[in-house]
Amino acid sequence: MDAFEEEHMIKARVTVTLKNGVLDPQGKAIEGALGSLGFDGVGHIRQGKVFDLELQTADRAKAEADLKDMCEKLLANTVIENYTIALA
Amino acid sequence: MKSAVVQLPGLNRDRDMIAALTKIGGKAPVTVWQTETEIPAGVDLIVIPGGFSYGDYLRCGAIAARMPVMQAIKAKADAGVKVLGVCNGFQILLEAGMLPGALMRNASLKFVCREIRLEVANADTAFTSAYAQGQVLRCPVAHHDGNYFADPETMAKIEGNGQVVFRYAEGTNPNGSMNDIAGVINEKGNVLGMMPHPENLIEAAHGGSDGRGLFASALDVIAA
Repeated sequence: MDAFEEEHMIKARVTVTLKNGVLDPQGKAIEGALGSLGFDGVGHIRQGKVFDLELQTADRAKAEADLKDMCEKLLANTVIENYTIALA
Repeated sequence: MKSAVVQLPGLNRDRDMIAALTKIGGKAPVTVWQTETEIPAGVDLIVIPGGFSYGDYLRCGAIAARMPVMQAIKAKADAGVKVLGVCNGFQILLEAGMLPGALMRNASLKFVCREIRLEVANADTAFTSAYAQGQVLRCPVAHHDGNYFADPETMAKIEGNGQVVFRYAEGTNPNGSMNDIAGVINEKGNVLGMMPHPENLIEAAHGGSDGRGLFASALDVIAA
């Protein structure tokens, strides 16, 4: 990648987490495993997903709008998940 | 009645589904590949079988739900054609937004493969008319993500509308599903999704035939 391309690229991170009130059996299992390793007092573990993306654009507003669209259409299941978008 | 079975990479119950539809309906269904943009004319029942489409990547059914064939299936469903999704097919219909709720990882975190008891919670649908209301069926399940979830508002709505068509009965809930829900139908009554596999209990060689009624209802033939 040359300097021009790098200038016209936006890096983003999308974080997808379960909504409050949605049971997370995997989070519970991880919590149990941490307890058995001796980490006491750890609670409410929720497992989520992180997506790192590179967008070929310099337009931050467009990037943000596109990412929101991607989350709504595929990256998150909004029945059970929330998402946050962070641009680098 | 003309039926169609959808085929996607990673689905593996399509042959069982084709066998069930052929044996009960009297003729073989047409098969529809994922890239097709139209469902053949005259199809009255579209079935999405079980399996692990796209390796269950991202979320079960998430990738399959965005394939071109799903737009064609949605258009047919809007026009009143019956659609049945079993197991991964149910997950795909939920991901496509054609049914309410979501399916989460089993509460036990384990893949369950066993026979359960299935109560017909609504016998007044195009898929269950061959059964009696409250009838309890034998039916196999085989899944890792069958834990049905809906937010309180959606739950109240589907319960109130009779959209819960099947429940796990007699304490056999294998996955932690809310309200023991095993199958739900859309508001219009022509799209049904269910986790258990009725196609795997249709003849003596399967050890029983409790699943026949579902296909007989959907295909509009007399249950034998």
